[in-house]
Amino acid sequence: MNRRMSMAELGKIFVSFFKIGLFTFGGGYAMMPLFRQELIEKRKYITEDELIDYYSIGQCTPGVIAVNVATFTGYKIQKVLGATVATLAIVLPSLLIIMVLAGILNTLSDNQMVAHAFAGIRIGVIALILKEVIVLFKKAVATKFQLALFICVLFLLFCVHLSAITVVLLAAFAGFVKRLKDR
Amino acid sequence: MIYGLLFWEFFKIGLFAIGGGMVTIPFLFDLTKKYSWFTAEELTNMIAVSQSTPGPVGVNMATYAGFQTAGIWGGIIATFGVVLPSVIIVIWVSKLLSHYKNNPWVMEIMASIRPAVVALILLAGFELLKLSVTDWISAVFGVAFFLMVYFFKKSPIFYIILSAVLGIILKL
Repeated sequence: MNRRMSMAELGKIFVSFFKIGLFTFGGGYAMMPLFRQELIEKRKYITEDELIDYYSIGQCTPGVIAVNVATFTGYKIQKVLGATVATLAIVLPSLLIIMVLAGILNTLSDNQMVAHAFAGIRIGVIALILKEVIVLFKKAVATKFQLALFICVLFLLFCVHLSAITVVLLAAFAGFVKRLKDR
Repeated sequence: MIYGLLFWEFFKIGLFAIGGGMVTIPFLFDLTKKYSWFTAEELTNMIAVSQSTPGPVGVNMATYAGFQTAGIWGGIIATFGVVLPSVIIVIWVSKLLSHYKNNPWVMEIMASIRPAVVALILLAGFELLKLSVTDWISAVFGVAFFLMVYFFKKSPIFYIILSAVLGIILKL
């Protein structure tokens, strides 16, 4: 592929992922339909199986899943350069929108009505988080070992105030030890 | 220097928050205790805004938190920091894709991290709950709202707008 063609290809990759970043709400699985439409049906960059693979691996690699899918797809089309462009493009709409909105909201925070609205929203968001916890719990806790881990971690968190990073490392270590014993 | 520190903290979040956007919440909550960048109350607002605006929730939250801490450059640097570890890892993993996915060591370790992460989010939710539920009106509102969210499938944006309207009506 000559240089001009690859530039045009990079431009297309950028447009596709910018659109996905701009038009999806909610992140994670909520983004899957648009990924499918744009990457599989329209551009034919990847297959259905690849998308599912990217999602399942995206859950095992650190970071935001949608960003992982963008990086994977970009890498498949144009190696490191493609991965970089796809990642930048999916992130850019968030950067612009959030910073404008945060600026506006900060100037409004003294307004009494806005304060009431956010007091309501804070409770609404917690309800959404707790629902998410239930959904995640059903997926993440399937074995007795996992249930024991869950209870241990909760206990540890309530009694000793460990940081989130410590907890992740401890759990990873527990899985490592279990695998050692099972072998 | 604030930018260096911001980058480092969000790089760590990008590296350890395994499982998607919501998982960054407990890590951001840790930051409210460690630094005076933003309060836990502000964090809850950020979660709400991040869920109601386009884009991946984890990226939105990093941008918002960075912006709140150190302005526009803060937003850019925090976002860059949270994304970088996964980009590096994914490019690396791309080369040994199928091998990595079915590796029993990787599978066992990931299966162990997931329950821990659920416990982390649960605890962060409770800590935020303590801040927001201050009287019996907000407590009743909270319980009723949770039941609604649990039993009726609507988009998060719908619920966030509804909670804002109810907050104004009830003068929460």
